[in-house]
Amino acid sequence: MDIDFTSTGHIVGIDLGTTNSLVAFMDLTGPRIIPGGDGAQLVPSVVSIAPSGEVVVGNPARELLITKPERSVYSVKRLMGRGLGDVGEELKLFPFRVASGSESVIQLQLGDRTYTPPEISAMILRQLKLNAEEYFGVPVDKAVITVPAYFNDAQRQATKDAGRIAGLEVLRLVNEPTAAALAYGLDKRESGIVAVYDLGGGTFDISILKLHDGIFEVLATNGDTHLGGDDIDNLLLRIALEDVASEWGEDLSRDSEGVQRLRRAVIQAKERLSFVPVSSIELEYRGKKYQREIGLELFNKLIAPIVDRTLGPCRNCIKDAGVSVDEIDEVVMVGGSTRTPLVRSAVENLFRSKPHTELNPDEVVALGAAVQAAILSGAVDNKLLLDVTPLSLGIETMGGVVSKLIHRNSTIPASATETFTTGVDGQTNVLIHVVQGERELVKDNRSLARFDLKGIDPLLAGMARIEVRFLIDANGILSVTARDRRTGKEHSVEVKPSYGLTDEQVEKMIQESFEQAEQDLSARQVREQRVEADAILLAVDKARKHDAYFELPDDERAAIDKSVNELLLVYHVDDHQLIAAKIEEVNQATIKLAENMLKGTQT
Amino acid sequence: MTDYYELFGLTRSLNLSLDDLQKRYYDLSRQLHPDRFMQKPEAERQRALDMSSALNDAHRTLKDPIRRAQYLLGIEGFDIGEQRSKDVPPELLEEVFELNMALEEMRGGDDSARPQLEQAEKNFSRMLAETDQQVQSLFEQYDGAQSRDTLSEIRNALNRRKYIQNLVSEVERTLAPVPQPLIPS
Repeated sequence: MDIDFTSTGHIVGIDLGTTNSLVAFMDLTGPRIIPGGDGAQLVPSVVSIAPSGEVVVGNPARELLITKPERSVYSVKRLMGRGLGDVGEELKLFPFRVASGSESVIQLQLGDRTYTPPEISAMILRQLKLNAEEYFGVPVDKAVITVPAYFNDAQRQATKDAGRIAGLEVLRLVNEPTAAALAYGLDKRESGIVAVYDLGGGTFDISILKLHDGIFEVLATNGDTHLGGDDIDNLLLRIALEDVASEWGEDLSRDSEGVQRLRRAVIQAKERLSFVPVSSIELEYRGKKYQREIGLELFNKLIAPIVDRTLGPCRNCIKDAGVSVDEIDEVVMVGGSTRTPLVRSAVENLFRSKPHTELNPDEVVALGAAVQAAILSGAVDNKLLLDVTPLSLGIETMGGVVSKLIHRNSTIPASATETFTTGVDGQTNVLIHVVQGERELVKDNRSLARFDLKGIDPLLAGMARIEVRFLIDANGILSVTARDRRTGKEHSVEVKPSYGLTDEQVEKMIQESFEQAEQDLSARQVREQRVEADAILLAVDKARKHDAYFELPDDERAAIDKSVNELLLVYHVDDHQLIAAKIEEVNQATIKLAENMLKGTQT
Repeated sequence: MTDYYELFGLTRSLNLSLDDLQKRYYDLSRQLHPDRFMQKPEAERQRALDMSSALNDAHRTLKDPIRRAQYLLGIEGFDIGEQRSKDVPPELLEEVFELNMALEEMRGGDDSARPQLEQAEKNFSRMLAETDQQVQSLFEQYDGAQSRDTLSEIRNALNRRKYIQNLVSEVERTLAPVPQPLIPS
């Protein structure tokens, strides 16, 4: 492989998952995960906001989810790019409250402030960015971020916004199953037809790809952005809550801490069932005990409807890819939920071959993102991803019917051009309503945005000719441009997204996040200077017992004592530069002492 | 507007080798895909986006024989517009009438129409295959002589094909089996 890593900066690959997030990087030895400060590769996608405003992310936040549930958020990915109407039902199980005015962008109430899902995701991204910066010792500001293949335009835009808020230039959004195929193809297979079955914490994707001589061409993709391990957890949690209600005679569902403890217990029980035939849900809380055995057979029966929901998209994907089951050479399993035995057997039945489970299903997406980052940097030039748009794009026409412009599974970038005219004499603007989805009627699809073509010359009805170009870029995100065919002049297009943040909102969040990052950075620098100060104070303490110290002239001893006292005075001031200056003074005052001590040891 | 044939370096023929098309597509993708231009100035990146979207649109059109023929008809000045799928080919009138009755019954929950629909599905699928053959031989005729009369015949054949295709899809949808549950309860 031709690899040149010397000329480009560090572009990282990030898997921003529902349950866990990872950051990875590729060098000459291949892609690898960058561990956090605690050595862990997985950063739990949990965020907790302390009353002081301090942001806690990952494993420490997971603990706070139990003790401070009302200030903690998990699975925020399920809320990205969505309106309140989409997620009302499942919000009931989350411990945090949703503030009013959440119709087009959900607002989470954490303490006295509200946060949007992109802001919460940005906190996770910032932690990953920090981990990478500490690992490399240089700033990291460019990333490839993965998204579920079945994410719509609003969900993709929300992810891109999260990256911007975190101070990352998002060079590319890559579909998770495609990233997995890239990591897999690099490792195992150069050609053939590969299916990737990706069942994560909150989303399900199925993609079928053709691998040929370094080209990874997605033939078709399908999925459900609201289906994953969370649904299994919620199902078991409801059952356990009912049990507790009847055994203890109390409704635990109103007790956030109790619910989170029980949730943790059902997750542990679920995970054990991937390895043993019988497991149990155990909770000890406020002096009471609950225990329930659960066998694999019952578990399978309970989760069968959930696993079943993945099979319809698989069948549709095979059909859309235009391949037969027998032509598929390999099925690659991705996502933590594919460890579930019933998932494996269902996939084996459907594809009539044993799924490929050698790769770590938690890591393979991040590794693939790192490979794509290397492709974009130019370091890897013999691989190319050709991905598709998962959903058809259309516009509203007469009677609320959709006219499709770009069909699902079209390779991206893809475009379509449509000519619009006016319906009334003197009309100067045309409103275009763009939707995503496969259904015939506008109301059954996802409203994407309304594009307002303004400043059309007032003419007789039907005389204007406005050519509108719809372009889906390599990230799967739509842009619209318009041109007057009579005059050839470009038209301005005002975009009103149906769901999501406006550009001004994102800008404001970037500013706030920047300030937060500055605070975080200065806190870290202060901590580092205190560590330095501790070291030098300890050394001076020892030296003061040394003969060389007593042999110094009185004024030099006094200078040393003075500098030490001044350092001690500023030690608790939150100003790293002041501490550093005083450390330097101690250094200067003790040069002679240090030299003398060194001579003493030599003679 | 980029000419799709020109973009691929192909002459305007209706029969194409799909292997050759794919090879050209992969080669051009390697050159034009936006991934190759990430480190380049904005103007070059924009051009790559335009070029590769045109390439993908062209590939999608040319790899499918029907879309390819419709595209060729379009650039040769034929008005393809909306397929007039509501005009029933006269020789099919009676059969379509009966089919619609059977579809109605089936959708109303009357399963006794099933055998008739299955028979109709076979008949129309056979008709579709025949039309495809007719289209195929017209393609060859066109590639040999490039006559506009042939293109006109192709347009009519494509309209008929579209009509039959719609019938077949409709019957398939109505007859579609319900997937078996994972664990029978």
